[in-house]
Parts: sequence; structure tokens; C-alpha cells
Amino acid sequence: MNRFKNWAPYLQVTPLALVFLVFLVIPIATIVVVSFFDYNTAQIIPAFLRQNYEELLTSPVTWQTYLQTVEFAAITWLLTFVIGFTIAYFLAFYVRSTTWQTVLFLVCTIPFWTSNVIRMISWIPFLGRNGLANMTLMQLGLIHQPLEFLLYSNFSVVLVYVHLYTLFMVVPIFNSMMRIDRSLLEAALDAGASGWQTLVNVILPLCKPGIAIGSIFVVTIVMGDFVTVRMMSGGLSASVALMMANAMSLLQYPAAAANAVILLIVVLMIVAAMMRVVDIRKEL
Amino acid sequence: MTKKNNGFGRRKVLKGAAGLAGAAFGSGVVGAPMIWAQNNKNIVLRQFGTGVSNMNEIAEKCKADTGITLQMTALDSDAVVQRAITQPNSYDIADIEYWMVKKVFPANVLQAMNVKKIKYFDKIVPIFTSGKLTPTSVIAQGTAPNTVSFVEGQGSTKFAKGQTEWFTAIPTIYNADTLGIRPDLVGRKIDSWKDILDPKFKGKTSILNIPSIGIMDAAMICEAAGIIKYGDKGNMTKPEIDKTIDFLIKTKKDGQFRAFWKTFDESVNLMTSGEVVIQSMWSPAVTAVRAKGVPCVYQPLKEGYRAWGGGLALAKHLSGPQLDAAYEYINWYLSGWAGAFLNRQGYYSAVLDTAKANMTEDEWGYWMEGKPAKGDIKSPQGKVIEKAGAVRDGGSFYERMGHVACWNAVMDEDRYMVQKWNQFIAS
Repeated sequence: MNRFKNWAPYLQVTPLALVFLVFLVIPIATIVVVSFFDYNTAQIIPAFLRQNYEELLTSPVTWQTYLQTVEFAAITWLLTFVIGFTIAYFLAFYVRSTTWQTVLFLVCTIPFWTSNVIRMISWIPFLGRNGLANMTLMQLGLIHQPLEFLLYSNFSVVLVYVHLYTLFMVVPIFNSMMRIDRSLLEAALDAGASGWQTLVNVILPLCKPGIAIGSIFVVTIVMGDFVTVRMMSGGLSASVALMMANAMSLLQYPAAAANAVILLIVVLMIVAAMMRVVDIRKEL
Repeated sequence: MTKKNNGFGRRKVLKGAAGLAGAAFGSGVVGAPMIWAQNNKNIVLRQFGTGVSNMNEIAEKCKADTGITLQMTALDSDAVVQRAITQPNSYDIADIEYWMVKKVFPANVLQAMNVKKIKYFDKIVPIFTSGKLTPTSVIAQGTAPNTVSFVEGQGSTKFAKGQTEWFTAIPTIYNADTLGIRPDLVGRKIDSWKDILDPKFKGKTSILNIPSIGIMDAAMICEAAGIIKYGDKGNMTKPEIDKTIDFLIKTKKDGQFRAFWKTFDESVNLMTSGEVVIQSMWSPAVTAVRAKGVPCVYQPLKEGYRAWGGGLALAKHLSGPQLDAAYEYINWYLSGWAGAFLNRQGYYSAVLDTAKANMTEDEWGYWMEGKPAKGDIKSPQGKVIEKAGAVRDGGSFYERMGHVACWNAVMDEDRYMVQKWNQFIAS
């Protein structure tokens, strides 16, 4: 009996451990192994070469692309954070009735009833040279030439990221805000804090875990995205994942695997940095 | 004859049917109803690829005529090469382009066909056999189909210099590509590849983002503009690739391009929405733009066309009745109905005589001879695509295929070219 008690915790974690082993550890290990392989036009050849990494890390294109991807992630993060925090704040503190909170929260999720790709593509006719946005602005007499930067530019890429991923910020931040003890806000008010001071010194620190979780979602998704970049930049911009997709389409799996390993390390470092700032487990 | 008869072996019936059909042709009774063996009911051939594999009508007609069931899978070019090489048992027939043949065949996943078993082999357009459309033609640059059409022997993966008895792929569709323009928006005469660089079209041009084809269009543009003189556009040296890509990067930075497209639909949308007024295009895309009521011309250019072609190749693992059925399918394919079906979409087919017999005089005149249409010209689906009096852009078959400057190609410096192309897209 005693023996069983000692083993019980191990048995309890076994299913999850197995799932992680089969669906996470083994695939990633495979990618790492393949990243050292050699390849030609037709096949990949088992070997142990550093060439894939050398070619990748010494190419200025790689650095440019990583920089571009990080830039996309940073801008998207900032915008989704500001918008997401504002929406969550409105839902949590301005809307008093729980019913309305639920209703409005559901309204936020409505766009998610359609596919990601459709929400992305529907921007194209809107932003185009002869699209709705340009037509409206021209008819209002605000502009005389169509605004070309609206579509097939970094602007359109970021716009779509923000549109697609803001909800990933709203949900965890809203969740954190709902857990804040309202008496803390009253105390702040009684102690003479202004609305702004309450926001910055009370609400914001207490929302940190929610912000961190939302940030991890947004940053990891943007860092690994290739469809949005390709569709919305019209092929004019690149991202790390797009580089991998290009390599894979030409059967250069080892090169893509090496890139994937580097990207994984970069993203893990970003996430680790976030965890250093915020202790997520404290709030879960 | 066409019914399964227990008294005969399968092969005998097949041979008989083939002989009869052959006799029908030999005696010049073209257009008479074809007779095909109908004992292929249990034969399924899995075909995948870019071109004709997109057309379910062909599978349906093939089933009706020969009894062979074709399972078609359509993929984009990159995916086709990938699957052809890495999953050779997942298909029986590969519908691949000639530049892919150059990549895929040496991987030893396909088998060459015996030309003696191909009934219309002698009637195949000579572009695919001798390389010369007419005896005086010059073979264009790039991966010209004739250079990868033959291997040295049965089971060989080495391309032969001249013609042999072992044929790698049966040509299905081919065409001559050029720039598509919006005649209502360009506002000037377009007659050269370099016109895409006109500052007037700044931010209103596009080229395609498929490295092996895009680099060709880029080369046509660079050569027309007098920036680079290539030894062979289809097989560039490293310095030539560098120069071409550097020029593309500069042009991109100057804002000449609106976007790069990768799929057929993207090119159609760019054109119909007016985002671009001049761009690389494929012939059916031009038709698709016109079908939406938007004027679009497939503009012939003085430097000539960039041509491409696709063919059916047999998987290495095919043998026995399946291999026989594959040959039968190929013979059916070249027997006219499919050719006429493809010609009506603006592609060209491999055996002209049999296709002609399946088209009306007016259709043949419009699509193949460059004559003005006498009546409405309809798509295979029965939709009117051109009114009476219309003339095909670029004229007749010989005028178009006779002015090919370059074939889609795989270069020896392929890996380097792709790296540089990625640099161009990332810049």
C-alpha cells in the first residue's frame, strides 16, 4: 500500500508525459537531427554537418528577415496590448452588469466564427487601389490619389495581425482584471489616488500575468506566421517562417529545420524574458 | 468486341481493340466513333500534378471511353516535385512539367515508355521529339522538352542526346507565355518585355514569385532592356544570376512592383481589381479576367515568348495490367477528344491531327490558325468566351510556338538561384 502511494504521482503524470513525449519531444528532436543532415535537389542525406547553420547564420538575408519578423512582432504586440487592455478595461470596470459583460465579451468573439484566412483576405478588396477605403476617402474629397500604402505593404500586414490577434490579449487581461478585488480600487480612491494613478499603480501591476499570457500568444503566433505576411504584403515582405516555407517547397528540409531550431531558440528566449518579468504561475 | 468475353484473354481483347482503332485511323476515317476495350473497370490510376490533373472532365470522359478510373489530385508546382520524388508509391501517373522532369527523372522514381506502344508517337508535335517545330526552327533556350524527352534505354535515368525508343513523358499541354496587359489602363503601345519597367507603370506591375519561372521572366525583361546579355537564359552562370537579382532588387526598391503573385487566382485578382496594369500572366488567367468583363490582352512581344509544357510520366512501380492500362490511357489521351478539349481552353495539345478531327472548322481556325472567329467561340463548358470576329492574341499556333525565346528551366546553379531569389523577396 505504501509502495503504491509512492508510485501514485508518477502514474498520474504518465499520460500527459507520454503525450508530450510523442507529440512534442520526439518531433522537435527529429527537427534538430535533420537540421544537421545534408541534402541535394532530390533527397536528404543523413550526415552531421554544420553547413546548414553556417549558411543560415552568415547570410545577411537571415538577419534582415529576423529583424523584420521581430519588428512585426514588436509593433503587433504594442498595438494589440494597447487595444486589448482598453477593451478589457472597458468590459471589466465600465460595464456593471454581468449579463452585459457576457454579451459584450461574446460579441468580441464573433469574428472567430469565420476562418482566419477569410478574415485576412477580406481586407484585400477593402484596402486595394480601387477598394472601399480609397473610394470613400476620394469621394469625401480627403485625398485625390488612391493611397497605395494601404495594401501590399508592411502596414497591411500589421493591420491584419492586430485584427486577428487582439482577442488573444483581451481574454487573459480581462480574466486578470475580473480577479482584482474591488476594495483595492476603493482603497486607492480613499487614499487620494487619481484615476490615472489607480490604473498605473494598482490595476496594471495586478494585470501583469494576463498581459504576459496574452503577449506570449501574440508574439509566438506572429513570430511563426507566414500566410499573413505572404498574402498581405503581396510577396513583397518576408518572415522567418516564410523563409522556411520557401526552403521546404524546394525540398531543402535540412535548411528549413536549421532555421526552425534557431527560431525556436529565439522565441524561447523571448518567452523566458517575459517569465522573468512576470510570475505567471502566481495568478493561475 | 467491346464487351468482356470469357473466350478471350484480356490482352487479346485489348490488342484487338487497339488494332481496330489503329486501323480506323490508318484508313483515314478520322472522327469515327472510337472503340476502346471496356475491361478496365477495376483499374484505377492515381494521377497527380499541376496541369491536366485539374480537369475532371478528362477523367470522366476517360472513364466513359476506356473504363479506366482516374483519381486526380491537383497540387502547386513545388508540391508536385516534392511528392513525385519523396512519395513515389503514392501515384501511378505523374502529370509534371518538363523542367520538373529534369529534376524528378534522375531520382529514379519514374519509368520511361516504349515508343512502340504509343500509337500516335509519330504524330506528336516535333517540339517534343526533335525539338524543331519546323525543320528550319532553332531550338529555344532553357529546358527545351526534347532535351529531357528521351533516356538512353529501358530503366535508364540518363537523358539521351538524340531520340531513342524510351520516352520520358507524353506531352499533354503546352503554351507560350507573355505579359498580360489592361489595354484600357496602359494608355500606350506595349511591344517589348522591357515595357514593364516604364516609370509610367510604377507600382502597377507584377511578376510571379515562383523562382524557376520568375527568373525567366526577369531574364526576358533584363535582356530586352539591354541590361544583361545572357549566354543561356535557361542556364545562367552565377554572375548572371547575381546581376539579374541585383537588378530586380533595385527595381523593387524603386517601387516598380505592386506585388508578386504565386497562384493563378492571385494574378486574376491583381488584374481585375486594377492593382496592376501589366504583369506576367498565364493564358487561362487572361481568359478568366475577360470572362469577368474586364478587358485584358495577352500581348505578343517582339523578343518572343517564354514557353512551358507538361506531360504524363509513369511511376516506376507500375507493372502488369496497371502498366497496360496506363499505356491505354495515354493512347486514349492522344486520340483527339482530350486534345480538342485542351485546345478549346487556349492550350496546345500534343497530336494536332486527332484534335482537329474533334473540333469544328471555326474552332480550329480561331484557336490554331489565328483566323477571325466566324461564330461565337465557346469554352469546353459551353460558355461564350469570344464573339464572332475575334482573333486570338498572338495569332496562329506556328506564329506563337514558332517565337519561343526560352523554355521554363531548371538551372545547374538552381540552389544558388533560389537562395538569391529568396534574398530578392526578403529585401
